[in-house]
Amino acid sequence: MDLDFFSAILSATIRTGTPLLLVALGEMLVEKSGVLNLGQEGMLLIGAVAGFIAASQSDSLVLGFMAAIAGGIGMAFIFAIVTLFLNANQIATGLALTIFGVGLSAFLGADYEGKTIAGLTKTPIPLLSDIPFIGALFFDHDVIVYVSWTLFIGMWLLFKKSTLGLNIRAVGENPDAANAIGINVIPLRFALVLVGGALAGLAGGYLSLVYTPLWTEDMSAGRGWIALAIVVFASWKATRVLLGAYLFGFASILHLAAQGMGVNLSANLLAMLPYVATIVVLVILSRNKLKLQLSEPLALAKPWRKE
Amino acid sequence: MKIITSFLLFFSLLPLAMADKKPKPLEVGFVYVSPTGEAGWTHTHDLGRQHIEKVFGNTIKTRYVESVKEGADAERVIMQMAKGGADLIFSTSFGFMNPTLKVAKRFPKVTFMHATGYKRAKNVSTYFDRIYEARYLSGVIAGHMSKSGISGYVAAFPIPEVIRGINAYTLGFRSVNPKGKIKVVWMNSWFDPAKEREAAESLIRQGADVIAQHTDSPGPVQGAEAAGVYAIGYHSDMSVYGKKAHLTSPVHNWNGFYEDTVNQVLKGTWKSTDTWEGYSANMTTLAPFNPAIPQSVINQVKQLEAQIKAKTLHPFTGPITSNKGKILAKKGQVIPDEELRKMQVYVEGVEGELPN
Repeated sequence: MDLDFFSAILSATIRTGTPLLLVALGEMLVEKSGVLNLGQEGMLLIGAVAGFIAASQSDSLVLGFMAAIAGGIGMAFIFAIVTLFLNANQIATGLALTIFGVGLSAFLGADYEGKTIAGLTKTPIPLLSDIPFIGALFFDHDVIVYVSWTLFIGMWLLFKKSTLGLNIRAVGENPDAANAIGINVIPLRFALVLVGGALAGLAGGYLSLVYTPLWTEDMSAGRGWIALAIVVFASWKATRVLLGAYLFGFASILHLAAQGMGVNLSANLLAMLPYVATIVVLVILSRNKLKLQLSEPLALAKPWRKE
Repeated sequence: MKIITSFLLFFSLLPLAMADKKPKPLEVGFVYVSPTGEAGWTHTHDLGRQHIEKVFGNTIKTRYVESVKEGADAERVIMQMAKGGADLIFSTSFGFMNPTLKVAKRFPKVTFMHATGYKRAKNVSTYFDRIYEARYLSGVIAGHMSKSGISGYVAAFPIPEVIRGINAYTLGFRSVNPKGKIKVVWMNSWFDPAKEREAAESLIRQGADVIAQHTDSPGPVQGAEAAGVYAIGYHSDMSVYGKKAHLTSPVHNWNGFYEDTVNQVLKGTWKSTDTWEGYSANMTTLAPFNPAIPQSVINQVKQLEAQIKAKTLHPFTGPITSNKGKILAKKGQVIPDEELRKMQVYVEGVEGELPN
């Protein structure tokens, strides 16, 4: 196995992991504030279909991505109204949002089913992308990959260094106390749910405009659910979310590469690899029970109303 | 009182009188597993539906339900169609098999046609095409176009239908490229565009310069296009997904078969049977060729196609050995249909082992 092959696998890993990373970062942010939105798959699909329709109507990928993000926000808006203002059960609402998104995206995309467009291509960063190995790995991707890294760094800084991050955590741990010290719980949660929707929508756009530039029903193939699982197994830490998303991507690529190389292992076992590897690694990392309890937002999925 | 009676009489006889004037058109229903779309399995069936609409005009009426989930949903949809007055129902996915039979039992007067299944009843026929014939020919083209002698194959599930296709493709490939190697990657799903594309790219990284597929999405063709290698699509013409990459695709053609079936039902000659035909019945064919294919190759393929059509050439004619060295067919011997139907072995040239 030469170096080029290895860097090609790692670079494919990054592409495979990017939609997961975007969704998982968004959902982590939302869960940190004590809201559980299980509607990721639905928001992902709406993002994908909205992005695709806009891009193929306008011939502009920028408009496509804007529409994808708007689609995700629109879905999140419904969720936010129902759970934050009408205090509905978050789990049931999230599931309904997914079912709604799957159906609505199929309906909206009916005329675009199987159509294709010229997708977003790579934007190598000048000079840096010429560095052997590292260049191909980090500086030879499409714009959305760079965006996802920026978001990751932003998220990390948010919870490590900023007051806003502290406020979000306070709201997620104990909304009553947060309210008592003057944090506007509901508006904060509302804004975060919308940001989460925007990221899921962007991830949807990544699928339909970059990864495989086409629209077909159910094209997300369960990635929203995997991202949800990654957030939990990553125990709500941005670095572990990144690790989980890429680990899942790496194992998916590895299992395809291993099959092609004729590795003598059942394809079914190999297909389990991404799930098993991601769960095992993240569970080992968060095996400390006390720490795990501390990292889970205490008020997660609990409706809250200002008295 | 008299007026009322005559009124009642008039209205009760009205439908009879009207029915007399205009015969009720034959209602033909189609149940699809996925959206009709621009390409793919369901698309080919919908082309068949449009074809019979054109041919029969007002004597028939068609309708379809798309994206029907296999299982309980399918039973409900087929039941509603039968209740709604359909005379002939095509259910076009393997997973519709048991629902179709269940509904057929309750509606003995309705004719059912189930694609890809193996269970029949008095009013249920099964049908499928010999797509492996076209796969063999696409293998011949791929064998000529490949420089590295390595072809990748993105495959859905290790079931006989898919394995048969891999083997036919491999036999075609190696008939013109004797040292050719086929690398197979199993997806364990029929449809995941992103994963299929990654599989194609992973095969390309391992030296494959033609990517064939037995999955439903255009992901592999897109992957080949992006990497600048060739691709063989599946189901229907997939050239829109890769103008340069797409060499051709093995294609299903249900038009003539559907026309015949409707004719039989109209005439009352329809009987329950199993149809498994290919080129000779015009049920299988290849999509238009990529201009990059040299004329000499096209000529050869056309010649082979004519032989398959005339049944003088069978893709599974010996000598054929498995990739473990076991003899599957001696020289001149043809692997019989029963064995093709339950094929669970790779022919020589396919790398790796079949997953069990």
